[in-house]
This record gives sequence, C-alpha cells and structure tokens, in this order.
Amino acid sequence: MLEVKDLEVFYGSIQALHRISFKINEGEIVTLIGANGAGKSTTLRTISGLVRPRSGKVVFRGTDITQVPAHTIVRMGIAQVPEGRRIFSNLTVLENLLMGAYTRNNKQEVEENLERVFKSFPRLKERIKQLAGTLSGGEQQMLAMGRSLMSRPSLLLLDEPSMGLSPIMVEEIFEIIKNINHEGTTVLLVEQNAFMALQIAHRAYVLETGRIVLEGPAKEVRDNPRVRTAYLGELAFVS
Amino acid sequence: MERLLEQIINGLQLGFVYALIALGYTMVYGIIKLINFAHGDVFMIGAFIGYFAYTFWGFSLWGAVLIAMILCAVLGVLIERIAYRPLRYAPRIAALISALGVSLFLEYFCSLKFVFGPNFRVVQPPVKQIHWNLGGIPITNIQIIIVAVVILLLLVLQYLVYRTKIGTAMRAVSFDHDAARLMGINVDFIIAFTFALGSALAAAGGVLYTLAYPQIHPFMGIMPGLKAFTAAVLGGIGIIPGAVLGSLIMGQVETLTAAYLTSQMRDAIAFLILIIVLLVRPSGILGRGGPEKV
Repeated sequence: MLEVKDLEVFYGSIQALHRISFKINEGEIVTLIGANGAGKSTTLRTISGLVRPRSGKVVFRGTDITQVPAHTIVRMGIAQVPEGRRIFSNLTVLENLLMGAYTRNNKQEVEENLERVFKSFPRLKERIKQLAGTLSGGEQQMLAMGRSLMSRPSLLLLDEPSMGLSPIMVEEIFEIIKNINHEGTTVLLVEQNAFMALQIAHRAYVLETGRIVLEGPAKEVRDNPRVRTAYLGELAFVS
Repeated sequence: MERLLEQIINGLQLGFVYALIALGYTMVYGIIKLINFAHGDVFMIGAFIGYFAYTFWGFSLWGAVLIAMILCAVLGVLIERIAYRPLRYAPRIAALISALGVSLFLEYFCSLKFVFGPNFRVVQPPVKQIHWNLGGIPITNIQIIIVAVVILLLLVLQYLVYRTKIGTAMRAVSFDHDAARLMGINVDFIIAFTFALGSALAAAGGVLYTLAYPQIHPFMGIMPGLKAFTAAVLGGIGIIPGAVLGSLIMGQVETLTAAYLTSQMRDAIAFLILIIVLLVRPSGILGRGGPEKV
C-alpha cells in the first residue's frame, strides 16, 4: 500500500534520515519504534508532505507522492495525527472534527463520519460545543484521532498517541487503534512506548539515529535481545 | 452638550472607517504574523477607484463601493503573491521590510502622472450631505450611510469567519499552519483569501472615507493606515472584535482631541496611545494577558 524507498531528509546540514526504506501492506498495523530523535516523526512528516526529502521516494498505491503537496495527500487517503496532537484549541470540538472533514464535500457523508467518530469516542459527543483547548489530555488525543478519521483515510499515521497520557488512558487509546484497524484502516504507528506498540502491531521497524536497524514481525522484534534491553526496559545482565 | 454629541457622532463615523482598515491588519497578522504596512495604501487605492467609478465611470455609490472592493481584493492577492509568499519561511523582519517596500512603491507609483498623479483632488460625492436633527442629535445622512454600511460589512464578516467552512479554516490556519495542512486545507489559498477579504474591507473604507472627507491624494492612506494599525494593536492584534473596539476608541480620542484640545495634537495623541499600549499591555485590551510569546 505504501512504500518508502531510500528516503534521505536533511534539516539544514543535519541529516535526519539515512536512506531508509520500508513498506506497509493493506490492513496492517506497522509500528516504527525508536528513541527520541531517531527520526520517527520526520518519517511521518515526510510521508504527509510536510517535509520534503533530499532524495528517495514515497509511493502510495502505485502513485509517487514524494512531491505532492500535503493538502492533496490527505485527499488521496493518508491522514496523520501529529505529535503533540496539534488540535485547534481556538475552535470547538465540533469545528475541529469538521476541519478533519475539510476534503469532504458531501454533507451527508460528513454526518455519517461524525456518527462513526462519536461511536468510537462517545466522550467527544458530550463536548461538541466546548472549545477544544479545554479538554483533558486524553480527550485531546481522542479528538486528534477522531479529527483525522473524519477524512475517511485508508492509511492512518499516528505519531506518539500515548505521549503524556495516564496508563489507563494509554490502554484505552491502544484499544481504539486496534478497533480502527479492524474496521479496515491501515495504521502506521510511531511510538516511544515500544512495549504497547509491539503488542498491537503486526510488523515493526526499529529506527536508530535515522537508520532502520531491525525489522520483522512484531513478535520477533519483541523477542530480540537488543530491543528488550534498549526499548523494553529490561536490564542487560538479565538477558 | 449638543457640541459634545456632535463630536461623538463624528468620532463614531471616523472610528467605523478605521475599523474597516484595522480588520485587514488584524486578520493578516492573525494568519501569518505579518504587519502588512501596505494596507493603508490599499485603502488609498480603494478611495481612488471609488472616486473614478462614481465620477467618471457612471457607477452609483453602491456600484463604486463594490467595484473598489473587487479590484482591491485582487490587488491584495497580488501583493501577497509577489511580495510576501516568497518570504514565507524567511525571518519575519524580511517580510516586514518587503511590506514597507510595497507601501512606498504603491504611494510613488500612484503619484506618477499617468497613474493618479501627485496632486490633491477634490471629490464630488455622489450623495449630497443633508443635516438632520434627530431628537436633539445632530447627524448627517452621510454619517448614517457610513455607520450602516460598516455594520453590515461587520455582520457579513462575522458570519463568514464564524459560520462558514472557509472561515473555520481561516481560524484553523491562524492557529497552526501544519496541522491545517494535515486536514487537507490549502494554506496558501486561505492566506490569499484573507488578503482578499482584508483588502476589500479597506477599499470599502476608502470609498466611504471620500464621502465624509472629500479630498484624495496618493499619500492619503498613510495616516488612516497607521491609526487603524494603532487601533488593531489597542484592541489586541489578531483579534477581530478587538480591531473594531480599538477603532471606535481611536475615533473618539481623535475627534475629541481635535474639538476640545487642539487639532494639531490629534495625531500626537493617537500615537501616544500606541506607545502606551505597547509599553503597558502589548497584547491589547482583548488580548490574553502578558506579552506575546515569540
């Protein structure tokens, strides 16, 4: 469905991604794990068109989207929930959701999507008139996810959905991600919380300082000794 | 007492015209954090287009307002496209210098003989001034026209910004460009639209201004521009109701100073307000407290 080929991204003279390649198949949850600064967010931002790579390609359903503007990429079916949620605090919850459906012009379809989002996130429905900035952290994450689902994406990019949330809320959010995937949306999940990400993902890539150092089915990656010590918090002498 | 009432009404008329200019400053600032110093000159060009339209091209006042709004909307989009968009990701000071350049260019270009010419022109407004006395309140038909048209435009703007999809997108873009892009919003288009809207309002202000102050020249936009800018800062730059509130205050301060102190102090007091606001409350009356984070 999505193929990333030899992607190189620079911020000024600093190289953030070193020829990384990976692919995502229809229906999968793929996770990209790695430490802070490994290049995870940069990868997502490049796929979405917010960052332009120096070289390499992003191919979505057979179309090269490397140079396509970000707002057109959304129309093609890729939505991103950015790091830190980036909800529009100055708009109401409902207005945020409607902005998520900006590319959709069919009113009835938008209404249906709204109902679907409220089914996944009933708490948002109670707060539609509220300014988004007044929501709690967990609710803001739900809003950010609901907002991106409003465009009915076939591929959802999630950047650190667990950031800053309580453990219970993290469980809830990951449960929802699983459901979204069950209903047919392919997911690319970027996480520092490798433990949770590897539990729900089908496949995983490990990113270190802009390079993919390990890839495979989530289960295998989870059992890799290096991953266990570096990302899953096990002490080196135990394994 | 009657004199005071008369002055307050004069101030209201002036304040409402300032509001039309101040809205453009504040909307453009809200969306790209740029003080568009060429905005006062768009007001001037609006006044000239209106003057040509009702004097030579046979338009009614309303036709003149409309054609000035349309042409200035196009001008605003062109200014943004040529002078600001290429500098979108440059340091902010670069765009500010570009804005000053556009302002000077418009003033001197319009002063050329084959454009508007450098001289003052006396305008014959299409509406004859009639003085009324409504229950002790001295008022003219022109004052009523100005206030009514401005209120109408404010209501349209309010509807557009808070009740339509494109208005919601404007507010989204003003909050976070990248997040707006991820929604599929074409940010460049929204910015161009904002310039068109602000410029059209300034043009309407320019035409109305010629009704009350029937004399035009290529440098007439400077003072109203700076005062409307002051009004926008006073109300809280980037905040739409703030621009209107600040403008109404500026209108009163200016006419009352001219009436009761001396008309030479008028401009000095206006800019004294700007300095005081910047020192004491840079976020403006309606702005959230504290200086803006940079």
